[in-house]
Parts: sequence; structure tokens; C-alpha cells
Amino acid sequence: MTGWFMAARSRLVLLALVLLANMLVAPGFLELRLVDGRLFGGIIDILNRGAPVMLLAIGMAPVIATRGIDLSVGAVMAIAGAVAAASVNAGHAWPVAVLAALGTGLACGLWNGVLVTIFRIQPIVATLILMVAGRGIAQMITQGRVLTFTDDGLAGVSSATLLGLPLPVLIALAAAIITGLLVRATALGPFVEAVGTSPRAARLAGVPAPGILIGVYVWSGLMAALAGLIAAADIRGADANNAGLWLELDAILAVVIGGTSLYGGRFSIGLSVLGAIILQGMRTCILRAGLPPELNLLLMALVIALVLVVQSPACQPAIARLTARLTRRGTA
Amino acid sequence: MADRAALLLAARGLTRTYPGVRALDGVDLTLRTGEIHALLGENGAGKSTLINLLTGAQPMEAGSIQLDGRDVRPRSPADATASGIVAVYQEITLLPNLSVAENIYLGREPTRFGLVDRARMRRDGATLLSRFGLSIDPAQPLSAFSTAVQQLIAIARAVDMSARVLILDEPTASLDSAEVAVLFRVMRELAGSGMAVLFVTHFLDQVYAVTDRITVLRGGKLVGERRTADLPRLDLVAMMLGKLPSGDGHLQRHAAREPGAPFINVKGLGKRHLVAPFSAEIRQGDVLGVAGLLGSGRTETALLLFGAERADSGQIVVDGEPVTLKGPRDAIRLGFGFCPEDRKLDGIVPDLSIRENIVLALQARQGWMKRLPLARQRELADTFIKLLNIRTPDAEKPIQLLSGGNQQKALLARWLATNPRLLILDEPTRGIDVGAHAEIILLLEKLRDEGMALYVISSEVEEVAAYADRVMVMRERRQAGMLTGGDVTPAAIIDAIVTPVEMPPSGRAA
Amino acid sequence: MMRINARTLPLLATLGVFILLYALCAIQYPAMLSSRVIGNLLTDNAFLGVLAVGMTFVILSGGIDLSVGAVMGFTTIALAVMIEGAGLHPLTSFTIVLVGGALFGCGIGAAIHWLKAPPFIVTLTAMFLARGAALLLSTDSIPVRHEFYQTLSGLSLSLPGGGRLGLIALLMLLAFVAGGVLLHFTRAGLKVYALGGNARFAGLMGIDTARTTILVYGVSSTMAALAGIIFSLYTRSGYALTGVGVELDAIAAVVIGGTLLSGGVGGMAGSLIGVLIQGLILTWITFDGSLSSWWTKIAIGMLLFIFIGLQRLILQFSAPTGRTG
Repeated sequence: MTGWFMAARSRLVLLALVLLANMLVAPGFLELRLVDGRLFGGIIDILNRGAPVMLLAIGMAPVIATRGIDLSVGAVMAIAGAVAAASVNAGHAWPVAVLAALGTGLACGLWNGVLVTIFRIQPIVATLILMVAGRGIAQMITQGRVLTFTDDGLAGVSSATLLGLPLPVLIALAAAIITGLLVRATALGPFVEAVGTSPRAARLAGVPAPGILIGVYVWSGLMAALAGLIAAADIRGADANNAGLWLELDAILAVVIGGTSLYGGRFSIGLSVLGAIILQGMRTCILRAGLPPELNLLLMALVIALVLVVQSPACQPAIARLTARLTRRGTA
Repeated sequence: MADRAALLLAARGLTRTYPGVRALDGVDLTLRTGEIHALLGENGAGKSTLINLLTGAQPMEAGSIQLDGRDVRPRSPADATASGIVAVYQEITLLPNLSVAENIYLGREPTRFGLVDRARMRRDGATLLSRFGLSIDPAQPLSAFSTAVQQLIAIARAVDMSARVLILDEPTASLDSAEVAVLFRVMRELAGSGMAVLFVTHFLDQVYAVTDRITVLRGGKLVGERRTADLPRLDLVAMMLGKLPSGDGHLQRHAAREPGAPFINVKGLGKRHLVAPFSAEIRQGDVLGVAGLLGSGRTETALLLFGAERADSGQIVVDGEPVTLKGPRDAIRLGFGFCPEDRKLDGIVPDLSIRENIVLALQARQGWMKRLPLARQRELADTFIKLLNIRTPDAEKPIQLLSGGNQQKALLARWLATNPRLLILDEPTRGIDVGAHAEIILLLEKLRDEGMALYVISSEVEEVAAYADRVMVMRERRQAGMLTGGDVTPAAIIDAIVTPVEMPPSGRAA
Repeated sequence: MMRINARTLPLLATLGVFILLYALCAIQYPAMLSSRVIGNLLTDNAFLGVLAVGMTFVILSGGIDLSVGAVMGFTTIALAVMIEGAGLHPLTSFTIVLVGGALFGCGIGAAIHWLKAPPFIVTLTAMFLARGAALLLSTDSIPVRHEFYQTLSGLSLSLPGGGRLGLIALLMLLAFVAGGVLLHFTRAGLKVYALGGNARFAGLMGIDTARTTILVYGVSSTMAALAGIIFSLYTRSGYALTGVGVELDAIAAVVIGGTLLSGGVGGMAGSLIGVLIQGLILTWITFDGSLSSWWTKIAIGMLLFIFIGLQRLILQFSAPTGRTG
């Protein structure tokens, strides 16, 4: 665990800066209030609003670790939301609707995984297909309207409270813990990291590469479906046009901030979630400061540009020298 | 005649270091006008590095290159081309998506009113190619032609860019004999027109068929330059493999031992286009050495034995039961392990820690759900780090930070952790320092004494002769002999490597 | 130029799909054959066509450009602000956005080359930049009432049969012709193919990959700016959120047009047909009335899948065989 905190150090500093900025623009930001058994406060707000991107980042991190990418998660969110809304409207109970949505996410992930693994289409191309067609499929289900529903059970996915926390926060937390356990308490983590960066070495060492590759896309689809459920429950309706729009980019960015290279290799679920929280914190800060929300896009561009420069091969030697010097000083 | 010919290219003291390895150490190369000059050496001898320095693909650290008496210092391949040095590689570095003519004239297309003059490109291309005996339509896409034709097109492009020195890096590796004959005719014509051709190959017959002189590299150093006519094959192989058959080895051959219990019987295992069927018996506590030059099919036998390539003929019998290997996982289940030659691409997972790399194969065999407890992983890693003397402060460092020798030991540890019955090693001592080298040899002998079967591919004949119980010799992708008992000597191995396959190999080796 | 082989097969398939589709439409609605519908097809899809011209360069070079929709949106709002707000003449404004677009694209190309970063992430950053900057200019839709706009939209060629080919349709066709000439008949165009075939080999053969990469993204952003001008003329207004997601349509048009997403194979003509196929589906849906717009996305997704699958198969069968170890 100490190793994790060492790796997380720079992101925690970044998070602290974002929180500090939030505090400066909204003095009561850190306060927590308990109203009707539910916690309210700036931090809860960030976690609640950030839950969908956190979920997407949890699914995206293993995909990127295999040197892949999943562009379709935003569209899968839209489909899953539409499926859930359509099934409660067809008279099914909300648990059925939830299961149907999750099943849809699994199916979408399987489609992507098969295209990448069996048909060996580049991930960016393979997932582009669903990114384009997925929104059409979602619109087909909602008939092009915002498909509203009144089922309180389904709406509860977003509005319910458990242990004083909003359900989306708990869902994201649970997903992070389950995924974290799945990759670190089993041997999946190193396998995922091996199949992407060293496919030949992994195969010769007996790692079951095809299964793992399909698996990460399936998992990404499942996480996207969860995020889609929250987004639909939030507005009590499925909006095929806007649900999850461009969130795949937020998810990719969260994972990159979490320290995973776009060329695959080491990944961390925890750090990716942290990346998503940092993004949401920035967004909230700009909003609270009364600045135009458009600044967000510019700020995000700036952050990616920074990460790209830092990750670029041209800068790597310099950074390696710097860290070496710092750690030497640290241990001395 | 080539002796008196004018000096065309003189490279002196070329040196290049990679992190931890001196890839090229003060090497000289002399090319004369009108000669075909062979550049020979095993993997890691420094051939590629030498070519990279000559063509400016990599900067040189020390040394000088003189062309026609003028100092040149190519900073890029384009720069080298401009001064008259071009290289054509086995891997055809043309663009299959362009037409033949576009490939020949890319970067120097004839234009008319600012637009590319395709008609002229096609005409000129056809004329140029006809000089190389090719009557093809240059407007056709490159991918429509065979490897041999593409190779000739690459040479045509190179020569047309006013080359003085043409470097051919293993151009014949994927050609059949008729195509090789065409290539040789072209090479002779080019040399006859006043160029120098530097020819890299691992086919000795071709060296003797076409070259005037030979330069041999070994371990980044120059072994020597000889006239082809004055250098017997046996001496050439000895130069390449680092052992003069006349001298006595320093390594003592181990005493004959009782043969172990029967274990694996390979019967006519082969795959078309990869390696001709070969047979071998491997007993418990037995070391089967596999000797042969680069490209002889020695690595391919290991790939078939480990299931990394699926055989299309023959079978493997383990403990009396015939088995089918659908992939490496089947082989691992049988208790096989495989340390590949290319550590970087086929061996290590660079991002993962030493511990994770060591437990990878064991963990893969257990399945992803049954994760080895961290304490057990640490214990395994620490045990092997101590046992194999892997030099690292701790097991959590990314493996890419280790030196080549220590990476190799970690890969050995990966397989030893699975407690294998058969360990396949492809060039286990290549590219590592002297200390690690000796340690690995000692370890192999220890493992053998403990009853493990070893299948060791090595170009270090002297070593193989010292520790192997039997040696299978590969030549031109087929089994050329099987030496046993007292026949396992460096001289006999080199002899078998040199002897054409048609001769009964056992008779010659005796 | 045209050779019938694995390379031109996708283009022929695209052409076949287009003709088949058009025939089906015409049988159902004979009005689709009128020159009015054809004129509208070209005019309504003019901005997409221009984007596809730039995207063809990018994809042929082995890259991808996700920023074109945002650059187009930025252009429309920048034009509105310059013309209505600052009182610049439209022609001056056009020049400024075209030059600005070119510089922006060169910056993208330079970043891709020197940071060695995947094109999709660099162009994604560019997309955020352009979209954010556009929204900073104004979040409202600003109408452009300059009389020069009126004049320009009045310009058109009459087609036999009552149809009209407006200025913006002509601009698109001009862009295709210019792009086609640059791509197929100049040394620069050949370099784009070389880069997409294999960047490392192209470098070994003496191609300046840095300059070519910069050129490619420069062309793409310039085309995006031109698409913005066209869209501005088309709607006579500027809005920062113009063209959200339109980069996907442009990519789809290029791929359906037979250009390999892995780069190096394809051409300009196919992209035009790709654009027209998309336009045709949209027109059909409009004519039908009962079909809904989402069918466009699903149909395009299916076409993408079919064409990517086709490309995969062609690659499989045309790959050089039997080179081992």
C-alpha cells in the first residue's frame, strides 16, 4: 500500500490543489452537513457528479493497459440508459431493467472484444464502429425522444442514499473496489499489463492472452452500462443524443492522469479514479468561481498537453534523471 | 585482382556502445573497387551496428570513414545515400502500397509543370529494371511481386541513386536458389561496373560462390579479414564461432554418465517452410545441445518443441504417450519451459517488476484465479535472486532496469519456478558479460545433475561440446547430424556444420 | 491510374453501393432523379465534403483528426464575431480564418511528430482547445447579416431541370479537385502515401516525415476552416457548438470511400462518394418521412463495419506470405 501512496503522491498533490482552489472560490466547500440522513457538501457533490466518469475510467484503465482504447463507452452509456428506460416503461420491474441494461453493456463489450481479439482490428477502429452506430441504436430504442420514466426504483439508482452517501458514489466506490480486487487479488493485473506491451513474451509464458483481451473490453462495456444507468436515473429519462456524450474522452483523460501510458503497461484502478475526481474537481471549481464553463475544455486541453509532453519519449530521459536524483536525495 | 584494385571505402576504429554493451569495438573495414565483400558473424557480432554506422542510421562514437579518400561522416541514411553508401535489407524497406515506379523514384520524382510525371517515371523505371533482368510494368503495385523481385527493385532504386558502396543485408534469406542466382549475377555486374558490394549472409555456400573477401566480426570485435579463396570453410566457421579446431579447449568435457530414464522422443517433427522434420531423444538429466549457424533452423526446432509453432508433421512422445501441442500452454502443462533468444521481445515484460516476471509462468500455469500469495511470490523471487545471483537491490525494480545477463537469469528463474522437467534454452549466454556467462553454465550443469532435461541451442561450440551429452547439428533448416558420446567435440561439431547435408553426417563426424 | 486489384476493390464496392442505393431510391421516389435533389444533395453536404477532403489526407498518412468539427465550429463563430462584431469585410475574415486554420493544423502535426504521441490524443486536445476557444468567443448563436453574404448565397449555376448548384457546392467540388490533384499528382501527395504505407520505411527512403506530417494536419485544419466558412454561408450565422461529432461523419465518409484506416491505400474520389452515400441515406429518410434520423447512424455504422471487415479480408489475402524466422 505504501508503494501505491508513493505513486499517488503527485496526483494527491494535484487533488489538494484542486480542492484548495475550490475552497478559495467557495469558502464553505469543505463543510459536510447531514440533512435527513444524507450528507451534503462540496466533496460529496464532486464524488456524486464524477461517478459516471469514475466508472468509465475504471473500465478504461485495463483496456488502455493492453495498448487498446474503447471509444464506444459514451455510446454504450446511451444504449444502456435507453434499454433501462424502455424496459420500465414496458412494465418490467426496475431490477429487471437494471439487469437488462447491464446485459446490454456486456454484449457491447463482447462485440468490441471480439473485433479486437478475434478479427484483429485496431482497437481505435473497432470501437469507432460502435461509437458511431451506438447512438443510432440508442435513438432507435428511445424513438429519438428523451424517453422519460416515472419508476422510482430506477430513478433511485441516482437519487437514493445509503449510509448517508448518494448511491452513485457507492456504486463507483464498489466498482473500484471490486475491479481493484479482481485485478490485484487475482493474477489478472500483471497478465493484463503483459499482454498489451509484450504479447509474444506473454504467450510464451503461457498467459491466456485472447481471453484477457476480450475480458477487458467486456468489463469496460459493463462499467459503461453502470454509468449509463446513473446518467438516465439522474434525469429520469434516457437521452440518446446527450447521455455520455464525449465522456469517453474524459475517461481516457482520467486514466492518463492516473499515470497509465497510452502505449500500455502499468495501470492502477485507484489512480484512474483519482484522475476522474481531479477532473470533476476542476469542473466544479470553474463552475463555482462563476467562470464560463467553457474554460473547462481549455483547462482539460492544457492538462492533456502537459501529460503528453511529460510522457513523450523526448522528455523521458530527463524525467528519469530527475526522479533518480530526487529519490537518491530522499533515501540519503 | 581485387587486391590491387583501388581502395574505395576505408572505415577505421568504428565504435558504438549501447547501455551496458559495447556493440562495436574499434572495428576496421576495407572495401576495394569492384569487389564483393562478405561481412560475417553470429547474432550480436556487431554486423547490424556496423551497417548502421556506415549508413548513418546511428551516430558513431569513435572512428572514421573514408570514401574515395575523402572523410565522410553520415548523419542519416539520406546523408549516406548522398555520399554514395546505400543499404538494402532482408526486410524489404519499400512501400507495398505504392507502385514499383513510385518506389524507385520516391523523393526524387521527375516532374512536369510541377506535377509528377508518371509517364516518364514508368518509362525510366522500365529501362532501369531491364538492366536487372526484370521486364515488369512499373505501374503495378509493389505488393503484386514476389519477395525476390521486390529485393531487386530495392537494389535498383539504391544503385540508381548513384551508389558507390552497396550494402546487402541478408538479401537472400527468403529467396529460392534460382532467385539467388539472378541476384548474384546482378551483384557481379554491379561490382564489375566499379562499385563495391558488402554482402551480409549466413549461408556459407553463398559466401564462397560470390565473394572476393571476407570480414568476420565476433562479439563486437574484428576477428579478421581474409581473401575468400585462401580461407577454408572450417577455419571460417571457427573464426565465426570463436574456436580454432586445432587448439585444445580450455573447458573440460564432463565424464561420461549413466544415461537417464527415457523422457521425450521427438519423431520427425517439422513444419513446411520452417524446418524439415527432425528427430531426437531427450532423457532425464540429459543435455541435448543444438548447434548450427544463424538461420540453420536451430531456433525453429525449439519453437516446434514448445508448441509456439504448430507442427504439421511428426509427433512428440512424452513418457511413452504421444502428445499434441496446440500452444505454449500445452507445453507448459507437460512441464516444459522455454527461454527464448530475443529476451527483449519474447522474454521479459519490461514494465513489470523482477518478482512479477519471475512468477509469470508459474502464475499462468496456476490460472489467474489462484493468485500466488504475495509472501510466496516474494519468497520465490528472493530465493532465485540469491540462487542465481541476480544483481539488484530488491525484487520490486522493473526488470527493464537490469543488465542483459541479469535479465537472462530472471528469465531462467521464471522457468525454474515452475519446476520444469524440460528446459529449452535458446542462446542462453548471448550478449551477457563474462561473469554471468560462467554462472549460467554452472547453473545448467547443476540442473542437469539434479535430473532436469535440457535442450540448449548455442553457437558457442566449445561450451556445447563441454556440457552436452549429445549434439544435434542443424544446417539449412534440416537436421544435419546427431553426435553422441566421444564424437561430441568442437571440431566434430564445426565439421558437421560445414559438411553439406547430402553427405552422411554421422560418417563425417566420426 | 486506375488498376483493378485489391487496392481499387473497395472503391468499386463503394461505387456499387452508391449506384445501388441511388437506384433503389429512384425506383421508390422518381423525384430523387431530379437535378433539384442532386443540387441539394451537394449543397447540404458541402461542409462534410470539404472536411472529408482534409480527413482523406490525414487517414492516408496513417493518422486521424478528431479536431475538425471543433475547428469548423470555431470558424463559424469567429467569422460571426469578426464580421458582425468587429465590422471586418467577410473576405478579410475568410483569409484570416483560413490562415489561422492552417497554422493550427501545422501545430497539431508538429506536436504529433515531435511528442511521438498518438494522433487521436493530440487532435483530441486540439478539439478541446478549439471548442473551448469558440465558446469563449460566444455561447450564443450570432446571425451574420452582411450584404456580401446575401450576394454570395445568390451565386449559383443553373442545372438543366430546374436544379441549382450553389456557391458552396461548387466550393466543395473545387476542394475535391484541388485535394485530388495535390494528393494524386504532386510529390507532396506521394509523400503522404509513403508516410501512411510505413513511416519508418518512408524515413529510410529519404522522406521528410516531419514536414509531411505537418503538411497533412495543416491541410486538414485548413479544410476544416473552409468547411466553417461554408457552414457560415449555409446558415448565415455562427455558433460555437456547430459540428459536434461531425468528425465521425467525415471519418466514416473516408472509410466508406475505400480508404484504409491503417493508412497508405485509398483516394480522393472514394471520399466524395462516401459523402454522397451519407447524404443519400439522409435524403432517403427525409423523403420517406416514416423513417427516423437514427437510421442514418445505424446505416453508417453498418457500412463502416462492412468496409472495415472488407479491408481486413483484403489485407489478409494480399499480405506477403510465408516469411518466417
